[in-house]
Amino acid sequence: MVPEDTALDMPGADDPAIFDDIVRSVGRDLPLIRVALAAIAAKSGGAFADMDRDAREALINDWYAKGGAPAVTLGRVIVGAYYRDDRVLRALGHEARAPFPKGYVLEQGDWSLLDVVRSRAPFWRDDRVVPAGER
Amino acid sequence: MAGNEKVDVLIIGSGASGAAVAWSLAETKMRILCLEQGDWMKPTDFPSNGRDWEARRYTDFEISPNRRGRDTDYPINDDNSLMKIANFNGVGGGTIIYTAHWPRMHPSDFKVKSLDGVADDWPVDYWALEKFYDENDRMMGVSGLAGDPGVPPRHPPMPPIGLGKTGTRYAQAMNRLGWHWWPSDSSIATTDYEGRARCINLGHCTPGCAQGAKASTDITYWPLAIRAGVELRTRCRVREITIDAHGMAAGVIYYDAGGVEHFQPAEVVILACNGVGTPRLLLNSASAKFPNGLANSSGLVGRNLMLHPWPMVSGYVDEPLDGGRGPINTIWSKQFYETDPSRDFVRGYTLQFSRGTGPANQAMLGAVTGLVPWGRDHHRQYRQLLDHRLNIGVACEDLPEEHNRVTLDPLLKDSNGIPAPKIDYTISENTRRMMEHGIARAKEILTEAGATRLYASRTALNYPGHLLGTARMGTDPERSVVNEWGRSHDVKNLFIVDGSIWVTSGGVNPTSTIQALALYIADQMKQRLATLFD
Repeated sequence: MVPEDTALDMPGADDPAIFDDIVRSVGRDLPLIRVALAAIAAKSGGAFADMDRDAREALINDWYAKGGAPAVTLGRVIVGAYYRDDRVLRALGHEARAPFPKGYVLEQGDWSLLDVVRSRAPFWRDDRVVPAGER
Repeated sequence: MAGNEKVDVLIIGSGASGAAVAWSLAETKMRILCLEQGDWMKPTDFPSNGRDWEARRYTDFEISPNRRGRDTDYPINDDNSLMKIANFNGVGGGTIIYTAHWPRMHPSDFKVKSLDGVADDWPVDYWALEKFYDENDRMMGVSGLAGDPGVPPRHPPMPPIGLGKTGTRYAQAMNRLGWHWWPSDSSIATTDYEGRARCINLGHCTPGCAQGAKASTDITYWPLAIRAGVELRTRCRVREITIDAHGMAAGVIYYDAGGVEHFQPAEVVILACNGVGTPRLLLNSASAKFPNGLANSSGLVGRNLMLHPWPMVSGYVDEPLDGGRGPINTIWSKQFYETDPSRDFVRGYTLQFSRGTGPANQAMLGAVTGLVPWGRDHHRQYRQLLDHRLNIGVACEDLPEEHNRVTLDPLLKDSNGIPAPKIDYTISENTRRMMEHGIARAKEILTEAGATRLYASRTALNYPGHLLGTARMGTDPERSVVNEWGRSHDVKNLFIVDGSIWVTSGGVNPTSTIQALALYIADQMKQRLATLFD
């Protein structure tokens, strides 16, 4: 589902370290993962591993779009492990670390953009003001 | 059954409202006890400590208790509801896993019948709550900017969260459209505040803040309340409120962590269990005197559930932004909040503009929205989306409807054998029209911001955990469960302070109003101590 791309320095999700992380991550999702894998096997007539790459990709994308919770769960578990791998994050230009304790820098942005809004008259409805027609 | 010494005030639930009312009542020097079914959280518990911070949003920090499945959670049958139920059970309650958006209700939200001819007016108005909003802002620690023409005056004690690249992009688009925007009020410390360290941008902080910059009541109200003498007892799950021979609340029966049943007597019982937990407990407290559930002579306990339908519209721009590197909160817009007779719906909505998300969540979102395929093209498509995402939430007011309700599930029970809540909820035609209006405006904004690949999610992924309206307040005992200061019409020493007492829902995140209302009720109780049960 997530193949290696050497041009981009991206390992595949079948990389041993990543695959081990995926397997460790299954946990409470095991029942749905089993359903997902059974559905893929059924859709391919039990021959998924023997299909060529184009056919496997087409099958997976077609199944995923209609696969409901099992498909979403399988995808989530795979990318949840894949996109925390050091090599993957570095190849994407991200730091390979937890957010805490260093955090990140968030720039202030352009607060002068607010000037035009500041000059606007209040427009929330004040329930204490009696409308002109009801005075 | 183990017995306990009688307390003056027993609070059930330690979340947003339970903490506020405990702190406020502490000055009376009454003996106050709070029972909480969950645990204290530790800063080291939170996902941002680890490399698996994104994945844990779908496991032990999932917002749905059904999926989260901690042993401190109770199951909820929400199969018959498009909107799913979100909550958290622990000291701090829902404030542990909220986004810390901090809008107030508008004055018009309390007068929807008078102003717009729908639903009912509240028995209190904005101006009665205003000083409690202010007090609560100081207690929780709120960042924001005074001067917003879209809301009544308020003065957040800390400066707003930075716009960043994402907020700047939204603001430029809103200015070109000539539509209102303002930096969102957030209960996130942007400076060191009352012993709490400032925000260091740990990314999306919905699943808890390891830094302690996000205000949750376990680190705001509770330390002060406990220092003032309030007892907080964790891992205590209340089964029912018992009644004495005079029809007054006698106390509660609860289970401790070991499953041992206890009776806790009390002079006053205060419910602070949210809009699902509170009706569940009242319905589970049926007795010969109250066969339809406690405090339910109106038949309205559990009815009028409001959940805030919350469509999300996302898109992607060419410029790399700062998704995943700061709080989700950026700006809000009140452009479409107040009723406009030219529209085909009444009431309105807030637009909330969010920062994007981290690498794993972006991959999940890309896959489920069909923008990122599996296979060899995955990486190329994914790289066009990562850090390029804009997302606008449409915070819709849904009006009370009696058929939207909480009942007891006939089969489902929690780990103590207590019947679980069942949710029946549909979205009204008025709200659907409002949702579509908001989605269309959000698409206009995103297009103006240069975004493409727009995607609107209406309900499937969006359940904010705003649980409101199921024990409404009012002056008429036939049309409400509690009176205008939170006391049950039927049981004179029983109070409710959580979101269940709301009459209507507004189009805003509810926590600041839930807490302001709890402080208001506590103040009313303190003023009436000598005549509290009259």
